[in-house]
Amino acid sequence: MSSNATPSKGAPVKSTGLHVGEPAPGVAKVDPIIVADNVTRTFGGLKAVDVAHLEIPRNAITALIGPNGAGKTTLFNLLTGFDKPDTGTWTFAGTSLAGVPSFKVARLGQVRTFQLTKALGLLTVLDNMKLGAKNQKGENLFRALLPFLWRKQEEEIEAKALDILQRFKLDAKVEDYAASLSGGQRKLLEMARALMSDPTLVMLDEPMAGVNPALTQSLLDHILDLKTQGMTVLFVEHDMHMVRHIADWVVVMAEGRVVAEGPPHDVMKQQAVIDAYLGSHHDQDLGATESENVEAMKELLHDED
Amino acid sequence: MGVDFWQILMNGAVELISPTTAAYALAALGLAIHFGYTGLLNFGQAGFMAIGAYGFAISTLTFQFPVWAAVLVGVGASVVFALILGVPTLRLRADYLSIVTIAAAEILRLIFTTNTFDPVTGSANGLSGYKGSYGDPVTREGAWGFAGLNPFPKGSYGFGPWVMDEYNFFLTIVAWVIVILAALLTWQLMRSPWGRVIKGIREDEDAVRALGKNVYFYKMQSLILGGVFGTLAGMIFILPRAVVPSNYATTLTFFIYTILLLGGAATILGPVVGSIIFWVLLSIVSGFIARAQGAGWLPFLSSVQAGQLRFIIVGVVLMLLVIFRPQGIFGNKKELAFVK
Ligand SMILES: Nc1ncnc2c1ncn2[C@@H]1O[C@H](COP(=O)(O)OP(=O)(O)OP(=O)(O)O)[C@@H](O)[C@H]1O
Ligand SMILES: [Mg+2]
Repeated sequence: MSSNATPSKGAPVKSTGLHVGEPAPGVAKVDPIIVADNVTRTFGGLKAVDVAHLEIPRNAITALIGPNGAGKTTLFNLLTGFDKPDTGTWTFAGTSLAGVPSFKVARLGQVRTFQLTKALGLLTVLDNMKLGAKNQKGENLFRALLPFLWRKQEEEIEAKALDILQRFKLDAKVEDYAASLSGGQRKLLEMARALMSDPTLVMLDEPMAGVNPALTQSLLDHILDLKTQGMTVLFVEHDMHMVRHIADWVVVMAEGRVVAEGPPHDVMKQQAVIDAYLGSHHDQDLGATESENVEAMKELLHDED
Repeated sequence: MGVDFWQILMNGAVELISPTTAAYALAALGLAIHFGYTGLLNFGQAGFMAIGAYGFAISTLTFQFPVWAAVLVGVGASVVFALILGVPTLRLRADYLSIVTIAAAEILRLIFTTNTFDPVTGSANGLSGYKGSYGDPVTREGAWGFAGLNPFPKGSYGFGPWVMDEYNFFLTIVAWVIVILAALLTWQLMRSPWGRVIKGIREDEDAVRALGKNVYFYKMQSLILGGVFGTLAGMIFILPRAVVPSNYATTLTFFIYTILLLGGAATILGPVVGSIIFWVLLSIVSGFIARAQGAGWLPFLSSVQAGQLRFIIVGVVLMLLVIFRPQGIFGNKKELAFVK
């Protein structure tokens, strides 16, 4: 991994010209890495995901936004094989992934993190990282008994892990149990661990949630850095500042459907997005969640740069 | 003093290195792989031990197999048993495995107990006569089975409380060599990348899946490996005694869990030392109760009740140990600080 691509401090360079034709839900992309068709998932009577067509552009940063319960995490679970859809097909880099188990999806280079962080508590930070590396000889039961077969690879993996940990400012915690990390540090660890496998597509479910604002900027830089290194990023996020700042493309979901797509500045002005966040009954009393949505809306519409 | 404390202690010392202690240590080591390292709740370790016991005894008695073939039959049967348990349950939530294993072990025990297969299993009476014979003390003519493999000349071996005949001496050495080899194997595995995946699965299997590991496959390997340890333990367990089906009830599994938690669930030495403490303690306590009852100190107890009392006392002692040292003797206190 070329580690010295120092992230730019100023406004990040946005990738443009990703789509073909007018930005609208399901618009075709010039170079899609994921193409999903007719993906649905119901829980009881609730249609959690109902995506007719969606393409995710390659080597760009795509944000998936939408109010609570819009189906973002469920869509993540479906695309990564952690949940099975009722209907639908999708391809990743040209390979059909419908029905492929989650571990194989990861091996193909599509690696995810979880909204509820999954640090492996009673493993050290370093062991967490090493677990992320692919094609380890010593992970075979019989070769595990013959350390000379895997010791060299183990050293390489460790060097790589230490390098990534340093970039994520976790190098002081190498020997600590992951359970002793703070919530934000665990988010960082989970993301760092995902990078150990040199993925082509990184899917981050709310990478910023719980991360100390002082760390936010460096986390943003890490994500931008992934793009410079040639990876594709798809992330779910409620923090509109982050979305505006780093996303090249924004997909908006509401009630399971993709309701809008476009470059960050344009998409947030669309009526469908305003409806998604405010509900279509603007005139009624605003409950607690809705007033939060109003806050989110204000953030959306507020143009800072 | 009506009670001979010295003799009680000597009897306890015998358990320190007895083959039975080794057998429980090995079974607990298998459970450490399942529960301590992988997080698999196997409540059927008694079933794996029964397969070892019956696999070995039936192969020897009914089919006149040599020792190595009888061992292979037991191990093969245990792999099949692990597959039967694991294939349907390891994809499901952890608690399904525990229900299925406890039921399967009981089904096995009932099959071994029922009269239907009496000619082969000996039903409730069990089996004996599979230990083989030393043969002629000099020419070794007529030697067969496990006793026939004994390289030591006939006679008495050991010192102090550990004096035994050539059969028990040979058996003790074989039993502890197997335990040491199994412990070394486990130690090497758990410090390898394979062990890292296994421990990761214990912490959160979805996270390990998301990193591209075939979790189902690893859990199956763990179930088979720990089960084979239990099966070998079952073979060691029957070599100083006879095969009796009632020995393989669920209580056996719980004794092995007790040993595991006593020593430390995710440790290598824990199961071994846990088994030693368990057996020495049990022997000392029961010796003491028997003498005390004989001397009339416990007038309110019959001798049968007194025999049960040892499990109560051992249970209380173990409870205290687990309360005041919940990580076990060899467990890492630091790890425990994070147990939810
Ligand atoms: N396992 C499940 N069983 C039943 N309903 C579910 C399940 N998972 C999700 N849902 C429902 O599906 C809908 C979408 O949930 P999802 O977690 O995908 O939302 P989200 O967009 O990620 O929301 P948030 O921003 O709050 O994380 C919700 O209404 C939720 O209640
Ligand atoms: Mg979510």
